[in-house]
Amino acid sequence: MKTYTNTGSKDTRSGFGAGLTELGQTNENVVALCADLIGSLKMDDFKANHPERFFQVGIAEANMIGLAAGMTIGGKIPFTGTFANFSTGRVYDQIRQSVAYSGKNVKICASHAGLTLGEDGATHQILEDIGLMKMLPGMVVINPCDFNQTKAATMAIADHDGPVYLRFGRPKVANFTPENQTFEIGKALHLTEGNDVTIVATGHLVWEALEAAKELEGKGISAEVINIHTIKPLDEKAILDSVNKTGCIVTAEEHNYLGGLGESVSRVLATTKPTPQEFVATNDTFGESGTPEQLMEKYGLNAAAIVNAVQTVIRRK
Amino acid sequence: MANIQQLEDLTTQVRRDILRMVHKVNSGHPGGSLGCAEFFVALYNEIMERHDDFDMDGIGEDIFFLSNGHISPVYYSVLARSGYFPVDELNTFRLINSRLQGHPTTHEGLPGVRIASGSLGQGMSVALGAAQAKKLNNDSHLVYSLHGDGELQEGQNWEAIMYAAGNNIDNIIATVDLNGQQIDGSTDDVLPMGNVRTKFEAFGWTVIEINEGNNIEAILKGMAEAKTKTGQGKPVCVLLKTVMGNGVDFMMYTHAWHGKAPNDEQLAVGLAQNVETLGDY
Repeated sequence: MKTYTNTGSKDTRSGFGAGLTELGQTNENVVALCADLIGSLKMDDFKANHPERFFQVGIAEANMIGLAAGMTIGGKIPFTGTFANFSTGRVYDQIRQSVAYSGKNVKICASHAGLTLGEDGATHQILEDIGLMKMLPGMVVINPCDFNQTKAATMAIADHDGPVYLRFGRPKVANFTPENQTFEIGKALHLTEGNDVTIVATGHLVWEALEAAKELEGKGISAEVINIHTIKPLDEKAILDSVNKTGCIVTAEEHNYLGGLGESVSRVLATTKPTPQEFVATNDTFGESGTPEQLMEKYGLNAAAIVNAVQTVIRRK
Repeated sequence: MANIQQLEDLTTQVRRDILRMVHKVNSGHPGGSLGCAEFFVALYNEIMERHDDFDMDGIGEDIFFLSNGHISPVYYSVLARSGYFPVDELNTFRLINSRLQGHPTTHEGLPGVRIASGSLGQGMSVALGAAQAKKLNNDSHLVYSLHGDGELQEGQNWEAIMYAAGNNIDNIIATVDLNGQQIDGSTDDVLPMGNVRTKFEAFGWTVIEINEGNNIEAILKGMAEAKTKTGQGKPVCVLLKTVMGNGVDFMMYTHAWHGKAPNDEQLAVGLAQNVETLGDY
């Protein structure tokens, strides 16, 4: 089985910051807006290098989304930055009307998504954002897995004409995908080849899926791990090709099973090739305070949970 | 420049369009549309420096955003009669497969519209964003916007109003249609607005009042004054005092026709009070 090496843990939000910094140098139409979280979003460099293209909005996320929509009129490519909760749930109607329905070229960049935000607790740990965003017609939804991929995704979405939701996180996590990779929106990445089960993971759960695959190999189970960094549009062919081989699937995400990646996969399978599926996701619950590791264990979002789900789904074949 | 009589004739025709549009589909918002007919006519014919052809980015021209999208009938009528799309298309208002949706959208590609509106309180932010884009593009043209007074109850406006002054966005003229009415009643009954002028001033805006908001000469004078206040480091607000339902006597001074269409008899009365000037669509 192909193995991957952590080249040094980094936070995905810093990948966003690095990508934005590079975009600032290469694309003069890129502008950035932030709602009083510059440090948390790692937007300091862009602000320092391009003060005329950086807009501190204050604690006013609804206004930020509207401003961004307006800035597209005149050819700007706005990147908004705040926590995932305030990027989506707080401003859903603003995104719906002023961005998505209006077809505006706004990039909604959301940090501190999911449980791994940690100690701040459930007020800030949104587990519904993928669902909210994927339901909006025309919205692209991306959840990259590590620093390198988040940087590449940040740069790639500037070249996509239309609204994008880019989701990333707070903690340092394994950085294992190639530096300076090319990011193709909607293109799933096969990380390991396997015959017994397909594991489709997104965001922080991709590394956990690779860890699970190693453990499963020791148990004689061959797992095919697919990194679905783009939840919408979903790479349906990659999923179907894999389950045609393996006959069962586990989906893994740092999100509620309701409305998440798993349900998108279920729709593809149910309408094309009904296949046993298990969900590694939160079970219709809010989070709570704790360290990221404690939370991912308590809510069943780590490699051990994926191994259990694989063993369950294989029995259902 | 058109003379005042020409603008008044056009306004009368716009009123007829509004009445006929909402009557045909028995839905829509005639009251606020009628109250703003003079403003739209003046804006598109005299006030804005605009290109004949529509371009979304609006570079090198003044651009306008309608925040209170439910007054789409007056917007559509004036856009059509300003040459953005065929006047005949007003026949399709609120019908299936039409570009003239109940509330304005960009989704169907209707020329003249740059943002969807209808869910209230969002247009101020959008207009300010467009104004900042103009500054980035070294485009000295202005951004105009229109907002309902009841709409100011939406909190996002005040985020935007604070932001505009804090960032010296002085290339916007945001007009508030101060008709004192909203769907459920007078603004004083629904949620008293207090002194709108002092609110804007407290937030750092320059405020111009147009007390006769249904008088074209007063509108032209007031908007010209507002324009002289741009470029001075402060955003500019125009408080446009209008009469909801203006020009149709039984629709005036009441919220009753905010979102209700006239029946056949009422349409006939309204049209009789506004005799065809430029030709019905």
